[in-house]
Amino acid sequence: MSKVKKKIKTIKIDVDKCNGCRACEMICSAFHANPKYSSNNPERSRIRLICEPLKDVYLPVHAGEYAAAECIGRDKYVIDGKEYDECGFCRASCPSRDLFKEPDSGLPLKCDMCEDDPPLSEPMCVQWCINDALTYEEREEEVEEEEKLGDMETGLESLADKYGLQKIMDTVARMSMSKKG
Amino acid sequence: MRYAETGYNLEIDLTRGSIDRVETDPRLTELHLGGLGTNTKILWDRVPPETEPFSPDNLLIFATGLLCGTPAVGCNRTIVSTFSPQTLLMAYSMMGGFWAPELKHAGYDKVIIRGKSPNLVYLWINNDQVEIRDASHLQGKGAGETAELIRQELKETKAQVAAIGLAGENRVYMASIEQGKASASRLGIGAVMGDKGLKAIAVRGTKDINIARPAEFIGLCNEVLKYIEVREKNPVPGVMPILAGLGSPQEMKLVDEEWHTTNFMWGNSRQRRKDFWTKEIEEKWTGTQESVRKRLISCYNCPMKCGATISIPGISTYMMKCFSKLTYTMAAYSDLDFGFKIAGRATEYGVDAFSTPQVMAFALELYKDGILTDQDMAGMPSDNEGKFYWLLDRIVRREGIGDVLANGTYWAAQQIGKGADAYAHNNIKKHEQLPLKLGMLNPVYFLMYATGEKINITQIEGQFPQSPFPTLEERAAFVKDWIQVPDEKFKQYLLDWEPRGERSNPYYPTVEMSCEIVDWQETMHYIDDALGMCAGLSSFPLKPPYHIHNYPALISSATGIDMDEAGLWQTAKRNRTLLRAVNVRRGMRRADEKPPEDHWKKRFPQLEAKLLDEYYQFKGWDNQGIPTKESLQELDLAYVSEDLEQRGIIKK
Repeated sequence: MSKVKKKIKTIKIDVDKCNGCRACEMICSAFHANPKYSSNNPERSRIRLICEPLKDVYLPVHAGEYAAAECIGRDKYVIDGKEYDECGFCRASCPSRDLFKEPDSGLPLKCDMCEDDPPLSEPMCVQWCINDALTYEEREEEVEEEEKLGDMETGLESLADKYGLQKIMDTVARMSMSKKG
Repeated sequence: MRYAETGYNLEIDLTRGSIDRVETDPRLTELHLGGLGTNTKILWDRVPPETEPFSPDNLLIFATGLLCGTPAVGCNRTIVSTFSPQTLLMAYSMMGGFWAPELKHAGYDKVIIRGKSPNLVYLWINNDQVEIRDASHLQGKGAGETAELIRQELKETKAQVAAIGLAGENRVYMASIEQGKASASRLGIGAVMGDKGLKAIAVRGTKDINIARPAEFIGLCNEVLKYIEVREKNPVPGVMPILAGLGSPQEMKLVDEEWHTTNFMWGNSRQRRKDFWTKEIEEKWTGTQESVRKRLISCYNCPMKCGATISIPGISTYMMKCFSKLTYTMAAYSDLDFGFKIAGRATEYGVDAFSTPQVMAFALELYKDGILTDQDMAGMPSDNEGKFYWLLDRIVRREGIGDVLANGTYWAAQQIGKGADAYAHNNIKKHEQLPLKLGMLNPVYFLMYATGEKINITQIEGQFPQSPFPTLEERAAFVKDWIQVPDEKFKQYLLDWEPRGERSNPYYPTVEMSCEIVDWQETMHYIDDALGMCAGLSSFPLKPPYHIHNYPALISSATGIDMDEAGLWQTAKRNRTLLRAVNVRRGMRRADEKPPEDHWKKRFPQLEAKLLDEYYQFKGWDNQGIPTKESLQELDLAYVSEDLEQRGIIKK
C-alpha cells in the first residue's frame, strides 16, 4: 500500500483549564441530534467529562475507535498520589463498559469532529469551551492508504466480531435454504 | 410533545411512602413559565395560610426552571420553595450546580414533597425508577460526606445529590441544602427538609430534553455565548473589580478585598474598618487563597468560574463560592485563613454562610455586654476563633445556648429578652441581612430592601449601577452600549444621576424613577427564577448577556409558546404578584417592609413613606402592599382576589 498525506484533526485537551461545566457534553449531543439541535442529552455525547471534584480530577475524553473485545490492560495508575483505573480514561467504547454507547441501541459512538456540510470551523465542543480546555488542531501526517470498506462489509465485520465468521456463514446458509424452501 | 420542560412532576408523600408521577397542565406553563412561577402557584393552591412550616402539610418543592438543561448557557438553577420557619413567609432559595439538569434528564420538572417520614430517609430518582430508601446510617453525616456515601452505595458516580447536614436534621433555622459547589442556603429550607425526615435526594437521568424550534434557539444560545466571551474581555470601567465582570462576584478568582473589608461591617454588623486593607494584608491573603484554592469551577453549562475547590491540610476538601470566604472572617474579626477553615466545617454541617456568622457574633456581643452569662456560655474556649467553632458546634446540635441561637437572631433575641432585641439589629422580616451600613439613603435600594420578597438584596438588585459615576463622560460612556434597558429613558436617568448636588440621593432618582428602576431590576429576577437562569448571567451583573429583548425569542423558540416582550413582562408581573398574595395571605403587611433602622445614617421618613406609597401603587397594590382586585384580575388571578376577599383581606 502506498503512503498518502492525510489531514489529521484533533482536539487538544488541557485538563488544567477545565472548569467542569460539561457544556462540551451538552452541545455534542445537541449537534448530533436529528434534526440538529432538536434535543440534547449528555448520555448520547461523544465527549465525556470524567470528573471527581473532591479529588480535583477533571478529564474530558472524546470517543475513539470501537473496541470489539474487552482489552487485557486493566492497570492501575497513580497520579498525584491517587489511584485510577485505566478504564476510567479510555477513549474506546467496548463490551465491558457503557461509556460511548448510544443509550437506546447500545451501538458505539465515535467522535466525528462534527463533520458537516459546509464544514464547521471547529468541532462544537471546542467552540463551546471558551475556557480553552479544548482546542482544535490540524496537522498533516503521512499514513498508509486505507482501503475503504463498503457499508455491507462494515456491518458484516461487526457481526463477525460479535458472533464469529462461522456462525454468520451458517446463518446465511440457513436463511438461503429457508428462502428457497 | 412538551418542549424544554418534561411535563411531569414527581409527587412524594413521605407519611404514606407514596410516589406518583403526575402530568402537569401546559396552560400553567404559559401563565407562569416554570421554576419559581409554578412553585408559587402550587404553594398558593395547596398550602393553606395557617399551615406551620414544620407541619406535614407544608410542601417542599425542588423545581427545575423552564429552560434548565437546554443549551441556554448558565440555565441550571434548582429553585427550592417552601414556608420558612424563620420568617413564616414563603421561602425560595436557589442553587446552581448540576442537580436541576439531571432531574430534567430523568424526566421530571419538579419533585413535590409532602408529609413526614418517621425515620430518616433519602430519595433515589433513577429515570423511571424512584425509591424512598432508608438513611438511618447517614444520620449526623456531613452534607458532602452524605453525597459521597450515597453515590458509593448506589454505585452511581454520576448521581447528583442534594443533601442536608446536621443542621438540617436538627431543624436549625439557618440550615442549608448543599449540592457540591452549590447550596440553597437562605431562609431555613434545610430545616424543613430535616423536619420531613429527608436527608437527601439523589438523581440520575439519561433522557432527552427537546427543543421546539432548534435552529432559531441554538442561534440565540450561540449569540449569548459570544457576548459572554466579549463581555469578559471588556470589564465595566469605574466600578469595583468584583462588579466589573459577569457571574457572581468573583470572590474565588480575585483576592483584592479592599472594597468588602473596608465597606462592609465587621463583628455583629457593627464596625467599619476603613483602613483595614494594607499591602501586608493583601500579601498575606493572596498567599492564603492561592495555597488553598485547587481549581476554579463552574455549574452545568456555564463558562463562568464562580466556585472553587478548597483543599486545606487536615480538613476535608470542599467547594466554595461567592462571599462566604469573608462572612466568618469578618464576623470574627479574624483573617482569611480562619474564614476558609471554618467554612469547611460549616459547609459539612449545612448552614447559611450569611446568617450563621452573624448569629455567632450576635451571641458574643450579648455575652460581652452581660446579657448572655457565663452559665449560658459554660465550656466556651477563651480564644476568639475557638469561640466561633464552639458556637457553631452548639448551634448545629441545638445544645445549650445553641438551641436558642439556632433560631436566628430575631427569635433568639425574643427568647433571651433583657434587651437582646437591640442586638438583632440587622434583620428584615426576621431574616439576617448583609452586614452593610451606609451614610445617605439611596431611594432605589430603600425600595428593594423594603419590598423584596426574597428578603435578600442580591436577589433583587442588578442592572442599574449601585452608585452614580462621578463624571458625565463616564456616564455617557456607560450608556453608549447599554442595550439591556427596557426603555431609553433609563439611560437619561443614569446620565443625570450625580454623586452630589440637586440630582443626587436621596431625591434623585425621583420617586417615580425609583419605582421604574426597581420594577425593571425585580422583573428580570422573576424571569430568571422561572427559567432557572443564573442571576450571574442575567439579573445580577451590569450589562448581562440575557435581557428583556432577547429573552422572548429564546423562550419562544425553546418551548413553542408565543412570547413577546410585553407578554413576558406581564408573566413576570403575574408571578411576582402571586408571590406577594401568598405572603399577604400569611399576614405580611406594610409594617413588615422596612430596612434595618441603622442601614443608613441619614433617613428621610416622609420620603420613605412616599416611596412606598408610590411603589405599591405602581405595582397595583394598595397602601398596605396588598394586590388590588383590579390588578389581580388583569393578571388572570381572579381566583386569588376571590380568596383574599373571602378572608376579608381585600374589602368587597
